[in-house]
Amino acid sequence: MSTYLLCLVLFCIGLYCVLRKRNIIKIIIGLGIIEYAVNLFFVLIGYQIHGRAPILAKDQVISNMVDPLPQALVLTSIVIGLAVTALIVAIAIRIYEKYGTFDISKIRRLRG
Amino acid sequence: MELQLLLLFMILGAIVAVEIEDLLSSVIAVGAVGLGLSLVFLILKAPDLAITQLVVEILCLIILIRATIKKDLPLIRDGRWLFNTFSTFLFIALFLIFAYFALKELPNFGAPIMRVAKEYIESGLEKTGATNLVAAIILDFRGYDTLGEATILFTAVMGVLAVMRKVGRINGK
Amino acid sequence: MGNKETGMTLIVKTITRLTVGLILLYGIYIVLHGHLSPGGGFAGGVIIALSFIHLMLAFGKDTALKKLSQTVASVLESLGALMFLSIALLGFSGGYFFFNFFLHKGRPFELFSAGIIPLCNIAISLKVGAGLFAIFAVLVLSKKSGNEK
Repeated sequence: MSTYLLCLVLFCIGLYCVLRKRNIIKIIIGLGIIEYAVNLFFVLIGYQIHGRAPILAKDQVISNMVDPLPQALVLTSIVIGLAVTALIVAIAIRIYEKYGTFDISKIRRLRG
Repeated sequence: MELQLLLLFMILGAIVAVEIEDLLSSVIAVGAVGLGLSLVFLILKAPDLAITQLVVEILCLIILIRATIKKDLPLIRDGRWLFNTFSTFLFIALFLIFAYFALKELPNFGAPIMRVAKEYIESGLEKTGATNLVAAIILDFRGYDTLGEATILFTAVMGVLAVMRKVGRINGK
Repeated sequence: MGNKETGMTLIVKTITRLTVGLILLYGIYIVLHGHLSPGGGFAGGVIIALSFIHLMLAFGKDTALKKLSQTVASVLESLGALMFLSIALLGFSGGYFFFNFFLHKGRPFELFSAGIIPLCNIAISLKVGAGLFAIFAVLVLSKKSGNEK
């Protein structure tokens, strides 16, 4: 139970960074921390105490494996997080070239 | 025991990454959080995830450092600073209280209910012939999700190549 | 302005010449043994992209783009995506989507086993590796043009 709470505290630190900071790079860092916390929570749910990794070995019968289904979902999620981070960094570089600053309170002109 | 210690190290690294003002130092602190996460995946008996998290973390650091080099910016605080910070902390405290009540309904840590995974483990080798069960799940039992993820990667690459184009369409400069 | 030295110092260049081939070989090993030991297509594809990025960081962008130009990277990425999709659609002639009907399962713990899973791993690694290298090449190239302002 305390492990789940520590994982959610990590999520809240990332959430605070997204809500309160004004620099775009800090917001990207906060999004990265949120993504680490969510992936960790998924794998924590499927853990079995004294379990073994979900890979079969030669001439052995393994009876207690950890849950392989959340691991398959998180594998996909890690690579998707990388793609989203690359896209948002490209947009941030473009914003710097056009406006000259990273401050989000000065980027207000939306042309419709 | 080691799990809680590594989680405390990750929380400390995250606090350093959020609060420090120099951009390069906070990117390095996020890298430390990611490496700690890779160690936690090893302790939780998930070797596939540890390898993938390690190499993806390195690539993410390279891309972030390229965006922040020579573009340091000091942060200023003005306006309704006290009210904003107080309401953010209130929201986070409410979120944690409700999360505590929701987490009591989950099964205990270390005793999962594996209803679907039991069938995957028992009949995985004879149905697919692969000994790595996670690879058998993502490519044979749930191959449709992997197709969706390949589409997302393709769209992200197209998006980056379109955003960083040098010649615009309207002005032509 | 007659200085033709791009990239990093001589020590870094020597070490890169020794290790970049080993990194590429390690990535291909992780992809091919994806159904026997941990790894798979995604991790192997990222390692292959990292070997080319290592070459670009140590020697400058002209040398790396001579080994793998941007056009070839785009073609390889589309080829990987089309290969994955066609393996999935071929299953329709067996009855379902992703049906495994033309490669038999083989004996476990061997390299040529597990049906279509090795082919899918190779297709995914081509797509991920070429795509991530194209993203990095575009991000670095645009910096050179914005630096002279």
